[in-house]
Amino acid sequence: MEQHVRTDLRGGLEPPAERRHNRLGRTLSPYLLGGPALLWLVVFFLVPLVTMVSLSIQTCDSFTLACKVTWHFGEFPNVLSEFGGTFVRSLLYAGTATLVTLIVSFPVTYWIAFRAKRKNFFLLMLLVPFFVSFVIRTTAWQFLLADQAILLGTLKNLHVLPENFHILATGWAVIAGIAYNYLPFTALPLYVALERIDRRLLEASYDLYASRRIAFTRVVLPLSIPGIFAAFLLTFVPASGDYVNAFILGGTNNLMIGNIIQTKFLTLPDYPAASALSVILMVMMLVGIALYSRVLGSRTIEEYV
Amino acid sequence: MTDHQQPVDPALWRGLTQARTSRRGFLRAAGVGAGALSLSSILAACGTAGVSSSSAAANGVGSAEWWGQQPETKTLNYANWPYYIDVAHGKHPSIEQFQQSTGIAVDYTEPINDNQPFFTKIRGDLQAGNYIGYDVIVLTNNDIPLGQMIQLGWAVPLDHSRMTNFAKYASPLVTDPSWDPGNTHTMAWQSGYTCIGYNTKYIKEDITSIQSLFDPKYSGHIGMMGIAVELGAVGLLAIGVDPAASTPDDWARAAEKLNQQKPLVRSYYDQDYIKALKSEDIWISMVWSGDVFQASAYQGYDTLKTVIPEEGGMLWTDNQLIPVGVENPVSAMTFMDYVYDPQVQALIEDYNAYVCPVPASKSIIANQLKDPTVADSPTVFPDAQMVARSKPYYQFQNASDFDQWNNTFGPIFAGG
Repeated sequence: MEQHVRTDLRGGLEPPAERRHNRLGRTLSPYLLGGPALLWLVVFFLVPLVTMVSLSIQTCDSFTLACKVTWHFGEFPNVLSEFGGTFVRSLLYAGTATLVTLIVSFPVTYWIAFRAKRKNFFLLMLLVPFFVSFVIRTTAWQFLLADQAILLGTLKNLHVLPENFHILATGWAVIAGIAYNYLPFTALPLYVALERIDRRLLEASYDLYASRRIAFTRVVLPLSIPGIFAAFLLTFVPASGDYVNAFILGGTNNLMIGNIIQTKFLTLPDYPAASALSVILMVMMLVGIALYSRVLGSRTIEEYV
Repeated sequence: MTDHQQPVDPALWRGLTQARTSRRGFLRAAGVGAGALSLSSILAACGTAGVSSSSAAANGVGSAEWWGQQPETKTLNYANWPYYIDVAHGKHPSIEQFQQSTGIAVDYTEPINDNQPFFTKIRGDLQAGNYIGYDVIVLTNNDIPLGQMIQLGWAVPLDHSRMTNFAKYASPLVTDPSWDPGNTHTMAWQSGYTCIGYNTKYIKEDITSIQSLFDPKYSGHIGMMGIAVELGAVGLLAIGVDPAASTPDDWARAAEKLNQQKPLVRSYYDQDYIKALKSEDIWISMVWSGDVFQASAYQGYDTLKTVIPEEGGMLWTDNQLIPVGVENPVSAMTFMDYVYDPQVQALIEDYNAYVCPVPASKSIIANQLKDPTVADSPTVFPDAQMVARSKPYYQFQNASDFDQWNNTFGPIFAGG
């Protein structure tokens, strides 16, 4: 662009009409190309976001369902004091589940990236179970783990387990469900990071008499940190807002913040409280991510997220 | 906020709506003109009006003149709760019969698991005056959405000239009910009890009292309902208070009792409690009478049993109504009245075993369908003892009343 302009000026000529048209097109093209995405963001992100924030400071009549902005910020301290424990629990469950997925998927993706002959095949094998709907898979776990079903029922009949033992309706069931359901979100970014590591760096470390363990801890692990970061984000953020696992696999003491938001929106029409909870969750996530990226560095992250 | 204190007057809300819309429109125009809106006015513009011009009465919808103009159509979309209509060989015989005799194709679906969530889903379309995809929906008298549909003008007034079976056969239990005087907007589908269901495989004693739901012996295997009106009513019965005559002080005491029970409870369910009861995850639960009857009589779960406890069973009624924006109103009326034919009702009742709205079906179930279990069941055709044990629900007076109930009982199942 710059160059074109300069040649034209040097020649001391008015740019021909055709080229002037061209220049206009060039100036506009980034906006035209970005237009659909921009429109998408405005309609499906900005408008709902503003609506949600606005709803959190509204007062609603639960009979007529008319809502009016009253600048009533009281919902925020209210829901925080009432559901603070649930927030902590959600973060705890999501965090534990994310750690589990990291521990489970690191060796597998490492093996696929470094050792496997048919990488695409094994990657596909890792993902095939996730072609089945999320809810169906979770319900299947509910069915398998039911108190008297094939697993626990058999063990109880053999008197291995006491009659009262149950897995469903415990925090562990919820954590396991989340870990299981979010595995691909961890495995894929990890794989991408590991796959990208330059093999010559490993060879160089061996040449410098690094043992395999040292080569792993000093070369592979540091180089895979952006992948771990991306995996953590992609898993932890949606997992902390998840409500399906807690709904299907959890009990009365395992509700996550997503369940509260869902109930407040649907069962008890309390839109302001539900919106306030959503806003708090979102802000918490944003602050958390900002801090986290300061620690692990964000420059290379764009490549992975 | 002050409007909370007053009984709802539809006209008032209509007035507010119109003013509000124009204000919003003005803001929008101003925004375009000025090029930008300040943050505060953007947020303020997001308020929503409760009622809209789709209100039935405002447009003459449901008047005799309106009904006269409605064409007969050959389709009907019906939304009901699950486990509620006769099933034989994967089909619904009562609907098959209807299709053959009238030529109206019925799309019978079961999307309703709970009043509030269903209402939340259809509300936007109702407000905009759109067709919600259903010509008939079924809502319960104990929860607030039924009242909202009627009072906000979103239920089409019925055509009484097309209610011949209803006029002739409907039980006094469902004619001219307190929640819809003169049946102007609704015809009952079924009534039923919210009572106790349990599995005799695990619970050897005879359950007679609601206190068994609070028994630590069954810890981890007790099911309760995560529906504020139901949970609250059972809590009130448990502390010995008649729900219909209860006060906010009673509510607080009932909530305390329910909170103490919480560690024993497996989960707070909606319609899915029946699955947990069948899979034996829960042994004793708050139930809706017909579900357990069907499971034990027809589906092989013969250790399941229902009981109306001595403290009483909550009697509710599910009501068929026509939402505004309806596309097939004549078909809707025809079907709603068709189920009051004693022969047809016998088919439906013999399957769902709730409280029958057509007493004349009793002899048909006993003699033609040869199913004395249903015909003689006191929870299907209530006897004097059952009638004495039937408790009505608390009637909400206004929005603040309803909010207080929800704020009292909601945190039990939606609390940290």
